[in-house]
Amino acid sequence: MTWAEIGTYAVAVFLLIGAFFTLVGAIGLFRLSDAMTRIHAPTKVGTMGIGALLLASMTSGFVAGDGSFHELLIMAFLFVTAPISANFLSKVNIHKKSSIEPPTAPNGQTWSTLVEREGDEGPESETV
Amino acid sequence: MKRFFNWLFPHPAMTLLLAIVWIILQKDLSYGMAVFGLILGIIIPRATAVWWPDRPQGFRIGKVIAYVILVLWDILIANIQVAWIVLTRPNSKLRPAWIIIPLDLREPEAISILAGTITLTPGTVSADMSSSGSCLLVHALDAPDPDAIRDDIKQRYETRLKEIFV
Repeated sequence: MTWAEIGTYAVAVFLLIGAFFTLVGAIGLFRLSDAMTRIHAPTKVGTMGIGALLLASMTSGFVAGDGSFHELLIMAFLFVTAPISANFLSKVNIHKKSSIEPPTAPNGQTWSTLVEREGDEGPESETV
Repeated sequence: MKRFFNWLFPHPAMTLLLAIVWIILQKDLSYGMAVFGLILGIIIPRATAVWWPDRPQGFRIGKVIAYVILVLWDILIANIQVAWIVLTRPNSKLRPAWIIIPLDLREPEAISILAGTITLTPGTVSADMSSSGSCLLVHALDAPDPDAIRDDIKQRYETRLKEIFV
């Protein structure tokens, strides 16, 4: 076996792993029951799926002698941004009450997304 | 001399990070581009230092590397666990739960790293923070014992983050 063959098999394995996890993420998004549990599937399984696909892309580049580390950057940015979109989605879910009710915060506090600020007109008059 | 150094590099780690990111972004590595990356790494932290007055003054780089490896490993495990739950567990057998995690951390940077870690690791998503910043609201996909998950997060990630930010 030459290095090129081993590389090709490695690319195939990474592609299969990536495709599998991406598919599981999509299945989870489809079949889990309420909005909050649905967030779990894409945030975790999605990162892993895309990570494996990027690894395949990087290996393929190095096997072809034209490699670069751009994919590492994509992965880093993905790991930094995925929690933020999940956070915004869960804040929306808290407002829309589309899941089981979250417990009230201890010591007389409220959750920061539910704090009434000056200029808020209350949830009833919101149009969006 | 030290004051000049502090003025030029308000955030040495960020300078290094920006330079490395710039060099990785280049297709072909050349000295010219490396120098340009270093120049960007000096200009950007200098220009944005005004908007980040209370940045953490230092962190332990060895502990950061150990933490990143631990989290990457946990992400791998988390993915397999969640994939297993998605494929095999019927909805009626899932026990989703909200968990409140009281925080000992105070630095905003440390809390955001903790929240990001919670979202990327086994079966938990950080959803919100209390108004005075003393606890996190976390949603767990399958939590037979919510208190165990809370203690696990506290001692696995939070104690390590406390050691990173001195």
